[in-house]
Amino acid sequence: AKTRANIAAGIDSIFSGYSAIDDDFYEEIEEILIMGDIGINATNAILEDLKQKVKEQHIKDPSQCKELLINSIREQMRVGEVAYRFEQEKSVVLVIGVNGVGKTTSVGKLAGKLKDQGKKVILAAADTFRAAAGEQLTEWANRAGVEIIGGSEGADPASVVYDAVCAAKARHADVLLCDTAGRLHNKKNLMEELRKINRIIDREYPDAFRETLVVLDGTTGQNALEQARQFKEVCDITGIILTKLDGTAKGGIAVAIQSELGIPVKYIGVGESIEDLQKFDADEFVNALFHQESND
Amino acid sequence: MAFESLSDKLQNVFKNLRGKGRLSEADVKASLKEVKMALLEADVSFKVVKQFIKSVEERAIGADVMNSLTPGQQVVKIVHEELISLMGSETTELKLKNPSDVTVLMMMGLQGAGKTTTAAKLAGKLKSKGRKVLLVACDVYRPAAIKQLQVNGEKQGVEVFTMGENQKPVNIAKGAYEYARKNNFNVVILDTAGRLHVDEDMMEELQQIKENLHVDQALLTVDAMTGQDAVNVATVFNDKIGIDGVILTKLDGDTRGGAALSVKAVTGKPILYIGMGEKLSDLEQFYPDRMASRILGMGDVLTLIEKA
Ligand SMILES: Nc1nc2c(ncn2[C@@H]2O[C@H](COP(=O)(O)OP(=O)(O)OP(=O)(O)O)[C@@H](O)[C@H]2O)c(=O)[nH]1
Ligand SMILES: Nc1nc2c(ncn2[C@@H]2O[C@H](COP(=O)(O)OP(=O)(O)OP(=O)(O)O)[C@@H](O)[C@H]2O)c(=O)[nH]1
Ligand SMILES: [Mg+2]
Ligand SMILES: [Mg+2]
Repeated sequence: AKTRANIAAGIDSIFSGYSAIDDDFYEEIEEILIMGDIGINATNAILEDLKQKVKEQHIKDPSQCKELLINSIREQMRVGEVAYRFEQEKSVVLVIGVNGVGKTTSVGKLAGKLKDQGKKVILAAADTFRAAAGEQLTEWANRAGVEIIGGSEGADPASVVYDAVCAAKARHADVLLCDTAGRLHNKKNLMEELRKINRIIDREYPDAFRETLVVLDGTTGQNALEQARQFKEVCDITGIILTKLDGTAKGGIAVAIQSELGIPVKYIGVGESIEDLQKFDADEFVNALFHQESND
Repeated sequence: MAFESLSDKLQNVFKNLRGKGRLSEADVKASLKEVKMALLEADVSFKVVKQFIKSVEERAIGADVMNSLTPGQQVVKIVHEELISLMGSETTELKLKNPSDVTVLMMMGLQGAGKTTTAAKLAGKLKSKGRKVLLVACDVYRPAAIKQLQVNGEKQGVEVFTMGENQKPVNIAKGAYEYARKNNFNVVILDTAGRLHVDEDMMEELQQIKENLHVDQALLTVDAMTGQDAVNVATVFNDKIGIDGVILTKLDGDTRGGAALSVKAVTGKPILYIGMGEKLSDLEQFYPDRMASRILGMGDVLTLIEKA
């Protein structure tokens, strides 16, 4: 993992052009934050906080703003201790999100991770809607070397989850990972379907530890906040998987989400292979926000 | 919702603006500040917004205010007009060759943008216009990508050409083209794998297809929810591969879709269609004026202005 020295270096390269803390300086920071998809509100909050501290502490040199800015962003993201208890308990992990964000892939990667820890993992293919969703997850089950409970196209997803819960209990699985169909958060009936799935798990497997992860595409802009908000309405979201951070998108919306909704980012997706899932590291994330392409 | 608060804010700006006649610099600056925020909230690229606001400001300062409008509304009217003109004033049709010839369309874009689904939607649309369409499975990477295309092709009653997962996409594309010629297909749609614009090898794969095959229309599929990165993606695809048209997906959500403006601004290429759902019939014509209103998020204000 990267160290705090690396973070400083990332920000240094941006600040080197300024000799005084003036409007241009603040504008540059604003630009970087907005271009990182942090959004206007969170950006303003961070800038206000920075300006306040600069004033209070009588800071004159831009380079001294470095630590303040880092802390300010980290302050925005503070959501308490991030727990991964589901890895230790008998648990059911429900993976939800809008279309194409990387749910199925993330389920496959998580399965691989847990399997490596020696866990007995079962996958539930509860996306019975998308063409070949079951086949896709089956391929991931093979890659991870875990079992899968499937349903045919058009089957009731809740009944697949029911079957999978029964299988998980009967076979003494450690973790049941449920892949679900992509659904836009503004589709009432699809969100209702999630409620139904939740009820089934609660009813059939009350002593299981529950983890509900919403997958957000790191390339997504401000809409991701609305996604998280709406999914939180129907599910008890316990964490976020932020995918596709191997590109040039910064995933800054995660700052706003953590700040406004208090949901922690638990994992990040950094590629399409089974090992491309990492636990979230706030320092590294903040550093990457300030990393700019050299051809810019 | 962001939509309402913007209108509220604008109402406040309007309230504080006085006097008719010509727009003063103060009028313009005050309302453009809100517009700038609205565009950024809608995920329009920061740089595009800056440029856009600058040019609107130039046009708006000193402009006449129509009798029925407040100065703030007049500014919004100008903003709206400029947005539409930036977005492409008219709808653009997908260009197809004469039916006696084979038109090759290539889908391309980031992972999960909606290429495969859109390829099937397009196939159905063109089939209903009397074309004989061949869908081609050039994604040899994503698990069950071929199967996904086959299932969708079957739903559309469109044949799917595949050579399995062990051939290079460029060879599959060439094979498909030959097959299409021999069997009287006149549209070939290549479904390629999702790729990051910074993935050199994968970008080269698309270049190879273009070098070995006459691709008539390379279509960039863009998720309407894309944030600030949309400009990077569009710029690199345009520079390295060349974009002929853009398809915006997942607009059935509640995103404002500022990526549409960013992509158009940096590539100058037309947006042809919008994806409005997961069903294979959910592909619609793109209307620049509707998109402009959506991005601005000021439906009510705009209705007022249109009546003026
Ligand atoms: N570069 C990159 N690609 C990813 C990552 N995670 C997923 N993908 C790709 O994104 C695309 C969509 O992933 P899926 O796992 O099918 O997404 P999904 O959310 O299950 O999609 P639906 O079920 O259709 O809603 C695939 O091409 C994946 O390989 C990531 O972290 N980085
Ligand atoms: N709501 C909605 N969903 C869409 C739309 N277009 C595509 N999708 C969904 O988005 C997800 C990804 O679509 P795909 O067609 O698999 O995307 P892709 O670009 O081929 O993905 P890769 O091949 O993995 O890069 C699927 O769940 C589709 O059903 C749309 O216009 N609206
Ligand atoms: Mg899936
Ligand atoms: Mg595809």
